[in-house]
Amino acid sequence: MAGTAVLGRVTWRSATVVGLHDETTNARTIALAVRDWPGHIAGQHVDLRLTAPDGYSAVRSYSIASAPSSDGRIEITVERLPNGEVSPYLTKELIVGDDLELRGPIGGWFVWRRDQTEPIQLAAGGSGIVPLMAMIRSRASAGSSAPFRLLYSVREPGAVFYRDELRALSDQDHSVIVTFAYTRATPKDSPRPPGRIDAALIATGTWSPNLGPTSYVCGPTSFVENATDLLIAAGHGRETIRTERFGATGERK
Amino acid sequence: MSAPMNYLDGNAAAGELSRIFAMDITSAEGQCANCGAKGRFAEAHLYVQCPGLVARCALCGHVLLRLVNTQRHVYLDLRGMTYLTLDTTQQQEASS
Repeated sequence: MAGTAVLGRVTWRSATVVGLHDETTNARTIALAVRDWPGHIAGQHVDLRLTAPDGYSAVRSYSIASAPSSDGRIEITVERLPNGEVSPYLTKELIVGDDLELRGPIGGWFVWRRDQTEPIQLAAGGSGIVPLMAMIRSRASAGSSAPFRLLYSVREPGAVFYRDELRALSDQDHSVIVTFAYTRATPKDSPRPPGRIDAALIATGTWSPNLGPTSYVCGPTSFVENATDLLIAAGHGRETIRTERFGATGERK
Repeated sequence: MSAPMNYLDGNAAAGELSRIFAMDITSAEGQCANCGAKGRFAEAHLYVQCPGLVARCALCGHVLLRLVNTQRHVYLDLRGMTYLTLDTTQQQEASS
């Protein structure tokens, strides 16, 4: 159906786990079949509600990683947090066939729509890559020719999500230019010592503001603050930058 | 972590607000009742380390919205915003 209106309250739906695979040693992608799923836009998130036998329930937000599709399936990628209440369960205990309660799709601002043609600058800090990956996948599945660049800040090579897919997309036709910024440990051939993204990396690894790009910045709050400040200092207008902060811990409430 | 890093974006309130409103409030434009700044609600600063949600103006810090859930009620205080403008044409994308 071409265009389902967002009108109508978002309600809790039942979702069944239909696939699991590990992205890294502490992050897992969960594929869900969602009853009556209305479709989503790249960048949106879902809320998951887990309820214990005693009635205690916890709600957490997770970005959708997959491109919009009509098959009623979505994927999320969950990073395990050492003292997390929900993420250890989702990344270790959950098995195929389990049911979850899910609310979504949610959020209409931090989204990339397929009719956007301007250059797109993505900046990810750690698991902030997830909604940006949905945008990259949406671009590919829609056959869009919008120029995409991704600046991906990550602790070490082993912590990169979607590595093979990113490499394939970036090698294929250079339509998505990927620049990594390693903060703790780099690969052997890396030209840059480990460190946070800085003005020099913004200068070489992102679109010039002259091209009129829209930027999407997602990650822990400190990453988003730093990346946004650097983009503004490089000449990008604040109104061209959309942000999604995960908070200090990386687990959104 | 210092206090200034304790907030999220207004985006993160979208799920709770979707319980109440039929349209997505986070992509609406609102005006701060204190400083007059206009911006998307998604760009407000959202504080969640409290019994509910508190959204503050990204520019002046004025409280825009407070939302508290209890067992039987939802309390919603919107007096920090002069108005909200909602886009009635917003749609999901065609699936492929």
